[in-house]
Amino acid sequence: MNEFLTHYAFLIVPIIKIAILVFLVLTVDAYLTWLERKVIAHIQARWGPYRVGPHGLLQPLADGVKFIFKEDPMPAGVDKIAYFLAPFLTLMLALTSLAVIPFGPQRFTIWGYETHLGIADVNISLLVLFAITALAVYGVALAGWASNSKYSLLGGLRSSAQMISYELALTLSVVGVLLIAGDFSLRGIVEQQAQSGKGLVSWNIFPQIVGFLCFFTAAIAETNRVPFDLPEAESELVAGFHTEYASMKFAMFFIAEYTSMITVSCLCTILFFGGWLSPFPLSWTFTQFLPSVLLIPFGLWVIYDGIRYETIFGRVLLPGVGTALLALGGALLAYPAINGYVQGPFWFLAKVFVFLFVYIWMRGTLPRFRYDQLMSFGWKFLLPVSIANVVLTSVAILIWGRH
Amino acid sequence: MTAPLIIFFVLAALAVFGAVSLILQKHPIHSALSLIVVMVALAGLYLLMGAEFVAAVQIIVYGGAIMVLFIFVIMLLNAGEEERTNFSGLATYAGIPLALAVSGLIAAAIARSGGYLPAAAPNGAMTSTKTLSMLLFKEFVYPFELTSFLILVAILGAIVLAQREN
Repeated sequence: MNEFLTHYAFLIVPIIKIAILVFLVLTVDAYLTWLERKVIAHIQARWGPYRVGPHGLLQPLADGVKFIFKEDPMPAGVDKIAYFLAPFLTLMLALTSLAVIPFGPQRFTIWGYETHLGIADVNISLLVLFAITALAVYGVALAGWASNSKYSLLGGLRSSAQMISYELALTLSVVGVLLIAGDFSLRGIVEQQAQSGKGLVSWNIFPQIVGFLCFFTAAIAETNRVPFDLPEAESELVAGFHTEYASMKFAMFFIAEYTSMITVSCLCTILFFGGWLSPFPLSWTFTQFLPSVLLIPFGLWVIYDGIRYETIFGRVLLPGVGTALLALGGALLAYPAINGYVQGPFWFLAKVFVFLFVYIWMRGTLPRFRYDQLMSFGWKFLLPVSIANVVLTSVAILIWGRH
Repeated sequence: MTAPLIIFFVLAALAVFGAVSLILQKHPIHSALSLIVVMVALAGLYLLMGAEFVAAVQIIVYGGAIMVLFIFVIMLLNAGEEERTNFSGLATYAGIPLALAVSGLIAAAIARSGGYLPAAAPNGAMTSTKTLSMLLFKEFVYPFELTSFLILVAILGAIVLAQREN
């Protein structure tokens, strides 16, 4: 058995990693919908989901069950191949793009096979991501065209035009970072930001603030989120390209949208905000207790909140969760080895969470662009600014060198 | 059979299948989708030869940008299924023998080339993007810049043609 594992570890370990990542990402997607509903509800002075489980925490589960058991009618006159292909393609591409994201610095060995946090470590990971983004347009365009409905077709057309326009700015805005890093690999880009050991100061955001703003704007447009959600503008197009989809097929579009939000947040973190690096200088060793310092008060607060909760279920579940958080924080304090190990993922996930929150925040704040505004903004503002950023960065590197 | 050889045959079969399907499909969108399959299979073949940058650019430019434009135009024109006529005499009596002759010629050329074509990089190693850009921007910088100038002229021409009415 052991020999078998050692021999085929190169196959078994990635499969296990893929299974874990897909499970985690789908769970995070589900709870992202909960977070989005809660945050937007509080922005609009409402409570949001509250009935299913304490604080509505079991709402994603209820939604999932509902999606699975709903009837899945197919409209008349659809193009069957494209109609079925579109949701699968969209979800598959969205999940594939996560394969090249590195989540932490460590390398470890399982059954004699050296591996790392993340699925694939390729030299051209950034290009792979752009290739997947380039293909992602088809899912939306095909869904719109195949559904044989005016609203869907308009949504599909809008989204293909929008995604072509903003893909240029998206790619060009990253060139500045590539020039500084001199590397296409996401791991290499993060390691380059770690070199000075001074923390926050050496992140790419400071020389590349313009690049970051262009990148984030274009990325929001690529993921079809507010204020660029014209492909599914509910007040004009019912639901845009996925109007004619129901049940699990609709859920697939939904999951794909949230997964690409996560990918974009990971990319922002890696390219501009130092990936898994701590914002503090290396010499400040006490900052490595920050995960436990945050976890323990949060656990205590969850227990305090749970004891006073109105339902009995909540009074059992919430203190349970709080105790688990407390135990986790305590374990990190007690075992410095584990604590050192979680530093990278902790900072990475914390930064990704901030970006996801910004996504939701914007949805609760900004109105939608008008179609002509969208196009002129993309072509006449975003594209020239990204090109200027490339030129300025090249000149700066030519004069002052890379650092 | 080694793993790369199996992957090669799978990708090659996919590319041929896509190309045949491109011709046989009746609906323009299905034809365009088949073409995308060909492009992605070709990118896989490039990757197998060790040309990772070219593979990625193949998908980004051909699989992404150009084919999206095709599909966009087909959707915009709302093109329906094409009508089929019987094969013309010319296609039957001249086309099929000619196609066979060309395939035979290519097969003979490959057979004479020693059984294998050299990989893009020696020892199957990945060609680094750096090597490629050194070639492109140092050794072949004039042809490269000339090509981009040509494309610029083509873009200007397209704009002039599109604005003719005003």
